[in-house]
Amino acid sequence: MVEEIGKTAEGDLIINVGPQHPATHGVLHLIITLNGETIKKVEPHLGYIHRSIEKMCESLTYRQFIYTTSRMDYLSAHINNHACALTVEKGLGIEIPARAQVIRVLMDELTRIASHELWWGAMAMDLGAFTPFFHAFRERETINDIMEETCGARLTMNYMVPGGVMIDLHPNFQNRVKNFLTLYKRKIHEYDELVTGNIIFQNRMKGVGVLSKEAAISFGVTGPAARGSGVSCDVRKLYPYEIYNSLEFDEILETEGDSFARYMVRLREMNESIKIIEQLIDNIPEGDFQAKTKAVLKLPKGEYYQRVETARGELGVYIVSEGGTTPYRIKFRSPGFSNLSCLDHITRGGKIGDLIASMGTLDLVIPDIDR
Amino acid sequence: MFSLETLTKLVQDWLNKTFPPTWALLIEFVIVGILAIALFAALGLVLVIMERKVAAWIQIRLGPNRVGPLGLLQSTADTIKLIMKEGLTPDGADKFLFNLAPFIVMIVSMLILAPIGFAKGFHIWDINIGVLYVSAISSVSVIGILIAGWASNNKYSLLGAMRSGAQMVSYELSVGLSVLSIIVLTGSLNINDIVLSQQNGWWLFKAHIPAIISFVIFIIAITAETNRAPFDLSEAESELTAGFHTEYSGMKFALFFLSEYINIFIVCAIGATLFLGGWMPFHIGNWESFNHIMDYIPSFFWFFGKTFFMIFLIMWFRWTFPRLRVDQLLNLEWKYLLPISMVNLIVMTLVAIKGWHF
Repeated sequence: MVEEIGKTAEGDLIINVGPQHPATHGVLHLIITLNGETIKKVEPHLGYIHRSIEKMCESLTYRQFIYTTSRMDYLSAHINNHACALTVEKGLGIEIPARAQVIRVLMDELTRIASHELWWGAMAMDLGAFTPFFHAFRERETINDIMEETCGARLTMNYMVPGGVMIDLHPNFQNRVKNFLTLYKRKIHEYDELVTGNIIFQNRMKGVGVLSKEAAISFGVTGPAARGSGVSCDVRKLYPYEIYNSLEFDEILETEGDSFARYMVRLREMNESIKIIEQLIDNIPEGDFQAKTKAVLKLPKGEYYQRVETARGELGVYIVSEGGTTPYRIKFRSPGFSNLSCLDHITRGGKIGDLIASMGTLDLVIPDIDR
Repeated sequence: MFSLETLTKLVQDWLNKTFPPTWALLIEFVIVGILAIALFAALGLVLVIMERKVAAWIQIRLGPNRVGPLGLLQSTADTIKLIMKEGLTPDGADKFLFNLAPFIVMIVSMLILAPIGFAKGFHIWDINIGVLYVSAISSVSVIGILIAGWASNNKYSLLGAMRSGAQMVSYELSVGLSVLSIIVLTGSLNINDIVLSQQNGWWLFKAHIPAIISFVIFIIAITAETNRAPFDLSEAESELTAGFHTEYSGMKFALFFLSEYINIFIVCAIGATLFLGGWMPFHIGNWESFNHIMDYIPSFFWFFGKTFFMIFLIMWFRWTFPRLRVDQLLNLEWKYLLPISMVNLIVMTLVAIKGWHF
């Protein structure tokens, strides 16, 4: 009665994980070949949420195209917008006021914390623990409230514009951020107590999905996933933009390269972001929040590239301009795509549970991969 | 001591007086059946709302609070929804086995209710091999799960069922051994005798460290037996979507769901009977007056209180721990729990022979 479908010649089972699956957090489609519980091959299929953002950008002006990028990696919308704004400013040679720079960095770091919080909860949920998700959202909601008050939106903020930021900070901003810092410091130990120190969790993570340093470089893995393998790749340190070179923070590196190392990198990175925010929150300079720019922006003919560090890794924005009001060609180098490419390499020979754990620590955001 | 024996005796005497013996027996069957089904349904509703409230409390949220006072009628509303839903049978499924599986699972959990003593003098079937009966019947439910996984013609279901089979067969050993270590002390498989043997204190306190070890092993193993997190591999949501009941919907799904909760209740009731004295009030040796005060609390309060305490423990696990991987799950059983419980059983036998327990 049960038909023999979806099997290979060797009798291995082929399973479609996704596009609708609780662990893929979006519409990622993985075709996995299984021998019992052991994974023999993982083949990601992309394109379920492809919206051709790069093509759309070609018909939008330099002020407009930034808004579409909030929809790429929706968890670090600020940082995406930041990268685009920086590229356009580079082309136009605009000097950005000091106040705008500080605001941008503050927002970036808040976004990074919010993104890592969500990742922490979602990853714990992938491993079968439901409670951490709610604990993570308790802190994340505070950040979203801060964003809502200043930018008017909670997820796709569209706050960064060429020349600075769209509107000035809300008067409550400093107080709210300080409240968040105290809340965060009071609660962060719960993360370790609930998840990091748990023996089941450590068994699930240690030695699982090992990505060697060489493999990380050859797959083009960036961000916390690569830093877990000991690759120093923090754009904020190596190619500093805005005011990052004047700030005190460490690049977190772990050398094991397994899921637990990637987990620890993200967890410790949140503390570094807190450090940056603490340095800046009392020292926001007075002045303009936006440089004077022309109403219609025209980039001179040429090619422009700018990279930033998002919560997931290196985001590159490449603009080719013919001198008009819209880009001739635009290309995003998104971190999620390269990080996904190593999934097959790190999960082969593992169990189904290991696939979920590795996928969780790569922190994939599907709209970022498909664009 | 408060007892329900007078009530049950009254009913039986009246039946025997009014009807011929065969009819009286048949009517008793019907009464017991109705009571069992009513308990089954009531427990399902109560445990589901309890799980959701406990989860909400642990996860710093409110939980269901719209239907009825404090949301207490939420599970009733859910049941009505599930009854009204269409019970789909997938095209490629083995229709007969697919529809049979939920009934096997449910019938098994109803059968296990029989020998449990709910209060003093209130049990359905006072059988002399009660504990053996429970462990024998409960291992049948894995067949229902395997049938469900195989007949669904879905690879997720199949994987879930296979995991469940491996898991339940392994953890049955630990449950059996830790139950045995109490049986060694009581010398009887009759649940009533086991309860009565704890007249001067519960076995958990009377039999020193071996009893505590076997209690801990028992709790771990029953969590795995009932497929609850952190051992919920057979329905691991993030790996297998819903495991063996992926293809089930409507009331057929509800039967799986219900029997999961009834199984939790039953294993916790067995645990409460063996280690915490069942319906026996909290007695300390020969403190007569203290024991006398404790006797004023009716025995079914003691039984349900202890059982729900253990159910709460199991729910607490579920909402705290991440899930184990399948090989780690089997390692835990075969490399750690099984050897420990075997050694523990030997130690317990020594304790029983030498009479070192209180």
